[in-house]
Amino acid sequence: MSLQQLASRLQENFATGFVKAVEWRGDLAVTVTRDRLHEVAQFLHNDPAMDFDYIVHVSSVDWPDDEERFEVVYEFYSIKKRQRIRLKTRVPESDCIVDSLTDLWKGADFMEREVYDMMGIRFRHHPDLRRILLPDDFTEGYPLRKDFPLRGKGWRDTFEFLDETAR
Amino acid sequence: MAFEDQRTTVYKIDPAHPESETLPTLRTEELLLNMGPQHPATHGVLKVILELEGERLVKSTPVLGYLHRGVEKLAEDGTYHQFIPHTDRLDYVCAMYNNFAYCRAVEKLMNITVPDRAEYLRTIVAEVQRIIGHQFWIGTQALDIGAMGVFFYCFRDREILMDWFDELCGARLTTSWYRIGGVERDFTPSLIEKLKLFLDYFPPKIEEYKVFLETNRIWVGRTKGVAIISAEDAVSFGLSGPPLRGSGVDYDLRKAQPYSAYPKCEFSVPLGKNGDTYDRYWIRVQEFYESVKIIRQCLEQMQDGPIMADVPSVTLPPKQRVFTNLESMIQQFKLFSQGFDAPPGEIYCGTEAHKGELGFYIVSTGGGKPYRLKIRAPSFIHMGAFDHMSRGYMISDAVTIFGTYDIVMGECDR
Amino acid sequence: MGLIQIGRHEKDGTPDIVTTTVEKAVNWARKGSLWPITFGLACCAIEMIAAVSSRYDMDRYGAGVFRASPRQSDLMIVAGTVCRRMAPVIRKLYDQMPEPKYVIAMGSCATSGNIYDSYSVVQGVDRFVPVDIYVPGCPPTPEALFDGILKLQERIMLKPVFLKQPDQVKPNLKI
Repeated sequence: MSLQQLASRLQENFATGFVKAVEWRGDLAVTVTRDRLHEVAQFLHNDPAMDFDYIVHVSSVDWPDDEERFEVVYEFYSIKKRQRIRLKTRVPESDCIVDSLTDLWKGADFMEREVYDMMGIRFRHHPDLRRILLPDDFTEGYPLRKDFPLRGKGWRDTFEFLDETAR
Repeated sequence: MAFEDQRTTVYKIDPAHPESETLPTLRTEELLLNMGPQHPATHGVLKVILELEGERLVKSTPVLGYLHRGVEKLAEDGTYHQFIPHTDRLDYVCAMYNNFAYCRAVEKLMNITVPDRAEYLRTIVAEVQRIIGHQFWIGTQALDIGAMGVFFYCFRDREILMDWFDELCGARLTTSWYRIGGVERDFTPSLIEKLKLFLDYFPPKIEEYKVFLETNRIWVGRTKGVAIISAEDAVSFGLSGPPLRGSGVDYDLRKAQPYSAYPKCEFSVPLGKNGDTYDRYWIRVQEFYESVKIIRQCLEQMQDGPIMADVPSVTLPPKQRVFTNLESMIQQFKLFSQGFDAPPGEIYCGTEAHKGELGFYIVSTGGGKPYRLKIRAPSFIHMGAFDHMSRGYMISDAVTIFGTYDIVMGECDR
Repeated sequence: MGLIQIGRHEKDGTPDIVTTTVEKAVNWARKGSLWPITFGLACCAIEMIAAVSSRYDMDRYGAGVFRASPRQSDLMIVAGTVCRRMAPVIRKLYDQMPEPKYVIAMGSCATSGNIYDSYSVVQGVDRFVPVDIYVPGCPPTPEALFDGILKLQERIMLKPVFLKQPDQVKPNLKI
């Protein structure tokens, strides 16, 4: 199935949730609305013509100037059909919750935890949503947001250092 | 993190038993054991909290983040060229493959075609890196299981290739020889000579490793039937590389979405049957032979030609000209300080590294710095399947299971 | 270095009496049997492993017996980037090592944070652990690590033995 046909099939089946599809440099990226994300993902996983059984990555992008600030990006691959598709959705900052896809792809577990850790987006029905790469008591915020400074918020300066070395 | 208290199970004696009046009730408890982050067998700094019932693992919770360096945030702060040394330090065992994956991703973004000779050079070095990566894996896996001799043999052979890299680009471990658009410098005749000698020297050494391991009852006993994962689960978890192919799933990016000089070489992809540790070990040994085949074919087919794409606004000028020619110096300076103008858009590009599928998802809004750079690291995703793989096995198998995934924390924590 | 003086027998000149100071003897024993703790964090750990392997053999300097437990070791080679989550662990391991103990900061990340000027990397392990020798490089080749170990051995020879050991350096760690 060519990428055009993939996009049009999705548009037919999910007319209300489909926002846009972009094909660039050989990659297809389909944007859907947040409330229909799980259905679209289920369709991609279960439909025999689509058969996207392999989850490649889950990530997030911060667009601070837009009203719907965060973009959650999923990428799926079909091993038999050798096709790749990118599924995107937008969430506003005030209500950044998305449905989790761990019931369809088990690998989404750790990947969604990382997105929560780095960007602060929560996932509904995730089995164990807590920080994964940063310490659990990290209160400075979410590092990959654009308003988080690269050098952190002062932990490096207030860390209790040695006054003098022993010898 | 809150953990449940030790759960107790009380076994009641059957009242019909003749001695039921006098026997005390048996009480067993689950034990929480912390493994790491400083442990001789964890491949890097990784903590796992094991819940044990006797000697059996009930649940294991990996705790990551001990080597989280904020690489993805650092990428947004520098240009595309400046990120190449960061990629070296991701999977530091075979560093150049990360360079390769990243350069491919940026070339896809910029729509640059790499010249033929550069493709062959890249493929040769990538396969040599695969050899050292697997050698490191066999050495450390054997060391963890107890076969210390194999470790020394593997490292002896690895040192030959380390010297080769030293002569190629000046560094043993964290090399940065790949560039966006090609490679930094060409092979010298002495390098090609040494590589050919190595290709003749190496296959008998693979036989040596196999004699150590495959005829050893202890190795076979500790790896056969351990950490089995079914093909369906492996695909659902997103495993890739030898862990996925060990379960029989034929997914190798070099064949599924061919890139570089791989379409011009003939090689096969070994597949396992049972999905256990022994199959994954067997696949990695077979990949040694395949890598040797690919390198030989590439050396034969390679023609003379340029080693860097001719796109002056993106690719770096040759270093000799930078020191003598003013325009080249200005071009180099501009490319490193401001960066080239990337078109707005986003791409994902995956490469078959020796651990699995290493991918880069780059979002660009124009300008010299990436807007968002996400690294799809196979080690991180394999850790997601660790709990599933380790249920029901003994605590001594926990160490084997770490090793069979070939986890490197630099990549896992980024 | 003037370690020892050899006295010879009057009649046939065979050496039979060796004189030295107790300090030199104790320091000689200490420097020749450094037991490192297995503590590789990142890429420098690979070079440390290569330094222990068959080609560059660290055991010829006496420092080849890597102990897994900090209670049995006296040298901590911090090889790799020190991150926020790992810092208290390093300090705890350092505290668990018995005196006399030495620390080598191997590589640029342990010395000063290297290129990782980010929110979760401590800019050098000497912020919370006293370091004796810094080995620069990214990663330092095994020969460079040996250079560091040999310099450490020279420093050990100069240390006084019969003095009260300094008080344990204790920061208030609020990490």
